[in-house]
Parts: sequence; C-alpha cells; structure tokens
Amino acid sequence: MKHIVVGSLLLAAFAAAHAVTPTEQLAGYTAQAGTPAQAARGQSFFTTKHGHEWSCSSCHGATPTGTGKHASTGKEIKPLAPSFNAERFADAAKTEKWFRRNCNDVVGRECTPAEKADLLSWLVGLK
Amino acid sequence: MKTKTLFATTLLAVATLAQADDHGPRVAPNPTYVKECSDCHVAFPVQMLTAASWSRLMGKLPRHFGSDASLDPATTSELTKWLTANAGNPGKRASENPPEDRITRSSWFVRKHDEVAASTWQRPAIKSAANCAACHPRAADGRYSEHDIRIPK
Repeated sequence: MKHIVVGSLLLAAFAAAHAVTPTEQLAGYTAQAGTPAQAARGQSFFTTKHGHEWSCSSCHGATPTGTGKHASTGKEIKPLAPSFNAERFADAAKTEKWFRRNCNDVVGRECTPAEKADLLSWLVGLK
Repeated sequence: MKTKTLFATTLLAVATLAQADDHGPRVAPNPTYVKECSDCHVAFPVQMLTAASWSRLMGKLPRHFGSDASLDPATTSELTKWLTANAGNPGKRASENPPEDRITRSSWFVRKHDEVAASTWQRPAIKSAANCAACHPRAADGRYSEHDIRIPK
C-alpha cells in the first residue's frame, strides 16, 4: 500500500514537472539566451525562408492563429498560437521535439535558445 | 429452393463484402504510433507496408520524405517493434518493395485509385496522395470504406 502511495506521489510529481505553460517555456528559453526576447524578430523568423524550401509559415500559415496545412502531405495542422489551441507549448518535451525537427527542415540546423524565445514571444502575444 | 438459397447466400456475401473495409482486418492502433505518427499525416494502416519497409523507414526518420521526423531512441525502438510485428504480408496489400517504401506507390494503392484523375489529386483540398483524410473523412479511425468516400471539389 505504502509503495502505491509513494508511486502515485512520484507519478504526480513527474506529471507536474512535465506540464508547463507557454509563458514558463518562454521564460526558460529567455534565461538560456541571456537576452530579452523580441516578438517582432520572432515573426520575421517565422515568415521568412532561411535558404531552404520552406518557412515556418509554409505549414502553419503566416499568422498561425488558424488552421494550417502541411506543405508536403496536405494534412490540416491545428493552430500553433497557444491562445487559439490550449495543447500548444504545454509539454516541454513535445516543444523541444518539434523545434528540433522543424528548425532542421526550415533552417537546416537546430534553433538557438534566443530564436526559440523570439518565436514563442511572438506566438504568445497573438490573441 | 437451391437457387433461392444460393441467391440469398450470394447477396449476403456481397453485402458483407461491401461492409468490410478492404484495408484488411483493422489492427488496434498503438497509442504511441497514433501520438507520434499522426501529426503530419494520418496514422496509416500498419498492414499497408511490409516489415522490411517499416524497418527501413524507421531507420531513417531524420530524413523522412523530405522532413525531419526524428524520435528519441526508445520511442523509435518501441514503434519499430510494433510496426514490424503488425506489418502486412508481401503480395497482399503491401508490395514487396514499393518505390521509396511509399504506401502510395504500392501496386495495390495504385490499382485502387486508378479512377482518380491526375487533376483531381492536384486539387488544393487534396494536394497529396498521402492526404488520405481529404477523401476518406474517417481515415483517422482507420476507416476507408468506399461508402465513406467524399472527394472534395
């Protein structure tokens, strides 16, 4: 019985540590970057191509408050801006997974903490 | 009497066939597969590729049809096991070696979609043969019955 209680507490603690808010993740990336985030720079990063085939907006739309469309498969993509989709930036591991994949596709490398902070700062501000 | 019975049996068989989903027996979707592999495309029916094809695809997720679809090693290994264990047998719906291991290039897929004109595929609402849900609205549930097909204009 004791084990079950301890296990449940551990599980709850793990879940709590895992769940984050977009603002908390923005604070984390900003701290890593060591420089204040700039929403305007995030928007520009999002909408321009970086020497490759796609920009972020190729799939998410120029203003990701509505439904996007995958540039290759055509599948609908739910809004990215957290005010329009509560599932966004609510799981740190998921955020990191998608930054890794999408920055590789769009920029050809992983994004820096400063770039992530700029992007998130712009996205959080979309209401 | 015999004819009537035969007729009834045939009708029943036809009705059953029409009801059946021709993507074969549905394999209960693995939650990890749905979670990790249905963001960019629907969770394709696992029996549409052979174990060899799934294994090759899972071995190069960072270069997945032009996109980085990389996963952490534990998830990659878990999914590879499930996909290869539940894969299709070569020669049925799954082709032995479809070009680039694409479901949409298997002879079964090509034959099943041979009535779809090239111009239809190019419609903005469809765009890609991988966009199953454009015409099969219940694709996310693994349902591709001909009754459910709705081709967008």
